[in-house]
Amino acid sequence: MTKSAYRNNLFLTGVVLVLLFFLQFVLPDYHVLMGTRMMVLAVFALGFNALLGYVGLLSLGHAMFFAAGLYGAGLTVYHFGWSLPAAFGFAVLASALLALVIGAVVLRTIRVSFMIVTLMFAQVAYLMVLYFAEWTNGQEGLSLPLSARAVHLFGATLDLSSAITRYNLAFGLLALCLMLLFAYLASARGRVATAIRDNEGRTEMLGFNVFAGKLEMFVLSGAMSGAAGAAYALLFGYIGSTFASFQYSIEALLFTLLGGAGTLLGPLLGVLLMVAMIDKLSELTSAYLLVIGVVLIVVILWFPKGILGTIRERWAPWLL
Amino acid sequence: MASLTPLLVTSGLKRHFGGVKAVDGVDFTLHEGEIRAIIGPNGAGKTTFVSLLSGRTEASGGTIRFAGEDVTRLPAYKRVQRGIAYTFQITNIYQTKSVADNVRMAVQGRMQRVGMPAFDFEAETAAALAAVGLSDRAETIAGELAYGHQRLLEIAMGLALQPKLLILDEPTQGLSDAEIENFLSLVRTIAKRATVLLIEHNMAVVMALADRISVLTRGQLLAEGTPSEIRDNAAVQEAYLGA
Repeated sequence: MTKSAYRNNLFLTGVVLVLLFFLQFVLPDYHVLMGTRMMVLAVFALGFNALLGYVGLLSLGHAMFFAAGLYGAGLTVYHFGWSLPAAFGFAVLASALLALVIGAVVLRTIRVSFMIVTLMFAQVAYLMVLYFAEWTNGQEGLSLPLSARAVHLFGATLDLSSAITRYNLAFGLLALCLMLLFAYLASARGRVATAIRDNEGRTEMLGFNVFAGKLEMFVLSGAMSGAAGAAYALLFGYIGSTFASFQYSIEALLFTLLGGAGTLLGPLLGVLLMVAMIDKLSELTSAYLLVIGVVLIVVILWFPKGILGTIRERWAPWLL
Repeated sequence: MASLTPLLVTSGLKRHFGGVKAVDGVDFTLHEGEIRAIIGPNGAGKTTFVSLLSGRTEASGGTIRFAGEDVTRLPAYKRVQRGIAYTFQITNIYQTKSVADNVRMAVQGRMQRVGMPAFDFEAETAAALAAVGLSDRAETIAGELAYGHQRLLEIAMGLALQPKLLILDEPTQGLSDAEIENFLSLVRTIAKRATVLLIEHNMAVVMALADRISVLTRGQLLAEGTPSEIRDNAAVQEAYLGA
C-alpha cells in the first residue's frame, strides 16, 4: 500500500468511526439499541471478511465461532458467576483456541471441500449446544442473571441496562477490531495474506509458509467472531442455540458480500443495510428470510464485488 | 568457475505417477556458478524433475542435497528460503497487483529469509526492475503487461529473491527474437551471482548460454556434457535431435 492510500484509508475509517460515535446523541432510543446490535454483528462480519476477503477462504461455519464466544462468555457468567471482563476475555481466548484447532484441520482442504468441512464442524457445534441442554438450556436458551447487568472495572461501575453504555461498549469493540485489522493489513503479514489470496502457488514459491499464513488469519477471524458473540451475550444478557445455527453463518456471508468482500468497511456497511432492511420488512411480512435469499442471489449475480468492492473498482482503487 | 563441493546433487531421484515413471532414478550434479541446461523431448520429465528440485512435487524415491544439506523432505517454501528459486513455465504472477508490488513480494520473501533489520525495500525492488528493464512500467498492473514483459517480471521476481540457484522453466517460450536476445544477456548477468538451471526448447538459446547440458529422456539421464559434446553425441541425436 502506498503512503497516500494508507492515509486515505485511515482517514475514511476515522470519519466513519466519528460518525458512529456521534450518532448516539441524535438517535432515538430504539435506534440506539439497533445500532448497538448492528455494531456487534459488524464485528462478526469483520471477522468473517478477514478470512473471505483477505485470504480468499469462504467458511460456511462461522456461526460456530460466534457461538463459541457467546457460550464461552454466557455460560461462565451464568454457571460460575464470573465477572464480565473475565468472561469476555475467556470467551475470546476460547474462540481463538477453537479456531486454531479447527483451522489446523480444515485448512488442509480448499474451495468447495473447505466450505463443506467448515459447515460440518459448525453443525457439530450446533448439535453439541442442543445435546448439552443441561448446561445451555438448548433452543430456549438462558437469560443472564441481573447481577450480570453491571460491569465493575478499575473502581468504576458500568450499568449495562443503560442503552447508551451498551452502545459505547459495542462501538469500542468495533473501533478496536477495525483498527486491529487495518494495522494487520497494512503490515508485511497483511501483504502475505493478500498474496496468498491472489496467487497461492506463487506465494509459496517466494518462500512464504502459506499454511501458516492462512492459519494465522483463521485464528484472527475466529477470535474476532468470538469477540462479537461474547459481546452479544453480555450486552443483551441472553444466549440461545439459534446463534449457533447455519443461518448465522449465512448472515455473516451475506453482510460481507453485500458490503464488499475484501474491503475494510464493507462488512459494516452490509450489516447496516441488511439489518435495517430486515427490521423494516419484518414489520410488513413474516417472510423476511425470503427477501434475504433474494438479496443474496441478486448480489452474487449482479454485484459480485459488493457495494464498496464496486466503488473501489470504478472510482477508488486505494480502498483497503 | 566450478567449485569442489557441488551446489546440488540428486541421487536415484524418482517420481512415479501411478505406472508412469516421469522421473526414474536420476543422478545429477550441479556445481556452483554453472549455467546448466536440461533438454529432452516432450514428456521426458524435465518439468517434473525441476519440480522435484523446487519442492512443488514430492519425490517417490531418492535424495536431493542442496549446499550440503538433505532437502528431499523439505516443503517448497523452506527450499526457497534456502536459496532455490523457481520461475514458472506458464507465467505465474500476481495479475491484479502492480509490477512493483509483484517484485516487492519477492523482496519480502528474501527479507524473511535473511532477516535484515535495515533492508532497503524500495532500492531492492527498483534494482530488480532495472535489471530486467521494467523500471518504467513499475506502476502498471501486472496482468495488463504484454506477454514478454510478464516473462521478464517473472524473472525479476526470481532475481529479487537473490537465490543461490535459479531454475528457469522454458523462459523464452513465447518471446520474440529481439526479446530473446535481451534475455540472453540478462541470464549472463544473473549467472555472475547465481547458479542457473535452465529448461529450454530453443536450441539456439541452449547452445549460446549453457556451460553444460544434461539430456533427459523417458525420465532418465541420457547424456551430459558441453554443448559441442552433446551436439556430437550419437545417442542424443537419435533420441532427441531426430537425426
